[in-house]
Amino acid sequence: MTQLLTSTNKVSYRALTPELELMGQVNVTTETEFDNAKFTCRDVRVHYGSLEALHGIDMNIQDNGVTALIGPSGCGKSSFLRVFNRMNDTITGARVSGEVLMDGQDIYSNDIDPVLLRARVGMVFQKPNPFPKSIYDNVAYGPRIHGLAETRVELDGIVETSLRKGGLWEEVKDRLDDPGTGLSGGQQQRLVIARAIAVDPEVILMDEPASALDPIATAKLEVLIDELKENYCIVIVTHSMAQAARISQKTAFFHMGDLVEYGETAKIFSNPEDKRTQDYITGRTG
Amino acid sequence: MGNYTASIIALIAIVTALAYFYGRRVARKRLAVFTGNGTGKRFHSQPNYHGLFLGGSAAFTALVIFAAGMFVNAQPGDGAAIPPHLVAMAIALSAVAVTLMNTRLIRSDFRARRYVEFFINSALLLCSVIAVLTTLGIVLSLLFESLRFFEQVSIFEFLTGLQWSPQTALREDQAGQSGSFGAIPIFAGTFLVMAVAIFVAAPIGLMIAIYLSEYATKRTRGIVKPAIEILAGVPTVVYGFFALLTVGPTVRAFAESLGFAVPTQSAIAAGSVMGIMIIPFISSLSDDVINAVPQTLRDGSYALGATKSETMTKVVFAGALPGIIGALLLAVSRAIGETMIVVMAAGRAANLTGNPFEAVTTVTVQIVALLTGDQEFDSPKTLAAFALGLVLFVITLVLNVIALLVVRKYRERYE
Ligand SMILES: Nc1ncnc2c1ncn2[C@@H]1O[C@H](COP(=O)(O)OP(=O)(O)OP(=O)(O)O)[C@@H](O)[C@H]1O
Ligand SMILES: [Mg+2]
Repeated sequence: MTQLLTSTNKVSYRALTPELELMGQVNVTTETEFDNAKFTCRDVRVHYGSLEALHGIDMNIQDNGVTALIGPSGCGKSSFLRVFNRMNDTITGARVSGEVLMDGQDIYSNDIDPVLLRARVGMVFQKPNPFPKSIYDNVAYGPRIHGLAETRVELDGIVETSLRKGGLWEEVKDRLDDPGTGLSGGQQQRLVIARAIAVDPEVILMDEPASALDPIATAKLEVLIDELKENYCIVIVTHSMAQAARISQKTAFFHMGDLVEYGETAKIFSNPEDKRTQDYITGRTG
Repeated sequence: MGNYTASIIALIAIVTALAYFYGRRVARKRLAVFTGNGTGKRFHSQPNYHGLFLGGSAAFTALVIFAAGMFVNAQPGDGAAIPPHLVAMAIALSAVAVTLMNTRLIRSDFRARRYVEFFINSALLLCSVIAVLTTLGIVLSLLFESLRFFEQVSIFEFLTGLQWSPQTALREDQAGQSGSFGAIPIFAGTFLVMAVAIFVAAPIGLMIAIYLSEYATKRTRGIVKPAIEILAGVPTVVYGFFALLTVGPTVRAFAESLGFAVPTQSAIAAGSVMGIMIIPFISSLSDDVINAVPQTLRDGSYALGATKSETMTKVVFAGALPGIIGALLLAVSRAIGETMIVVMAAGRAANLTGNPFEAVTTVTVQIVALLTGDQEFDSPKTLAAFALGLVLFVITLVLNVIALLVVRKYRERYE
């Protein structure tokens, strides 16, 4: 099924919007032709009231791998991330236009229920946000809502697998009934990753997941992300260049609502084509 | 006497004002030496602080003498009272003396500003001390009067007896007889009315809170919330006659149409109206705690594919629950202490019943009944009111403390 979809869905990346061409800003890398695009975005714009936060983004996101979104504060990374699970819908005044295909299917079409979409596209936030419930109930929350387990034994199984995938099982297996809010920040962040994994998503979006963590917890999180990329499409927003370089295969640089440069992470960091990208990754702006 | 006090207070005001203006003038003159001739030397306090310092000292002295005079006059004994004109003279003279003495202090480096600050601090502190002491006094008087009651009626009888008929205890041949002061029916009645009130107020109040915090637009919320809070400002006596004249007869008519006989005054009439009264307590406080649940928790739930109502019931409500319990407890303690509605609409018969369609009586109603009309001040009947008051006080105090603790614990969780 997946093979079938991806093969029919072979798309190539074009960033040559007419406006950019006119403005002479067309130095976006072209080597982003995937045969496994998970998302295909065409002219995606995000408005908050009268403010346009993203000015027509064209971009593909590869499946099974880590795509990093970098750029100075306020450039629209979070807004773009929320496009993929339609979290912008929950913000009053926010509007998304353009076309976003997931496995070739328009996720903004009327037959897509955002509630079901979000079960397929999980999200991890900047600040760990475990629910004020036990560790077990935190992980079981999604499966219960979506009726993924028929019996308690099944649910136990899902909770355990998710916590294992989240790299937290060994630390919490003896205290599943303790409140999730009682864990350390790094553990909480892995708990919410496990919570997202529990509903068996295809994509995991992460918005600066390590920004509230110390270096050791960050390192653990990066190891985890590296493992998860085998099975999930991961899109991560990060302010740490080093982190983007370490964990991602593709990197996209955003600036003031535009996608400036997008390509192989190694290429972006060693040999950026755009001056703005260069300035940003060498720390001259941002 | 009233005349005397009034003129003394006027006198104190006058001395204070005079001392203030005098001090300010002197300060201006003396300090002008430093500023007027262009030497530019800084002085510690502006002239009006010197004035305030002199005025404050004069007022303080005068008040002390006034209080001392009052105290001496209030002593029992054969010593003749100090005549008013003597007190007035003493006040005027000492104020003048203090002012003159203080005048010598007015110099460029005198820290009048600091001392004025000290005066103000002390005055503020005094006010809070007065409030605390008053509360303490009330509690102690409740306690002592209750102890006197328990000398005549055993506390065990009072707390466990099933028979409440304080009137019979007044009769000559059985004065103070125990058995008539069993307060259980009263507690039961109080509890019944409160239960009806909470039964009405809790669901409605919570729904309102949920609607306001999660579903209403900003504009609707801006209109609805204050409108509901008006309910809390309606005088309780208005609720009382609403209960007596509208709700009571309606309940009775309804019951009669079903073939039951129900009195106009009943636990349900009083309780339901009281429930309406405490709705704003529950809705406003719960709205606050629901709003305090961080948006990130809601986002987390939405991002897992939960709907709004699932998020509401499973995450937000669970997170806000301790605070909501706190709100309910505060509302309960408010309901228990409520008097006017129950006096008018609950009845006076001390029935021991769990049926809300019967007339019951509550602690507050009984206190009113015991203390209105001609009373002997040390009959057990009158003293019983203090014992009831004490019980009421303890219950509401405990409820309030628990509520505050719960709310505080909840607040800490997200900070
Ligand atoms: N809920 C919102 N309402 C109104 N404007 C918003 C909202 N969220 C974002 N914006 C605006 O959209 C623009 C992009 O914001 P966004 O949060 O996507 O930036 P970001 O790249 O994630 O920044 P940061 O690195 O600081 O998180 C900003 O100008 C911001 O002010
Ligand atoms: Mg952001």
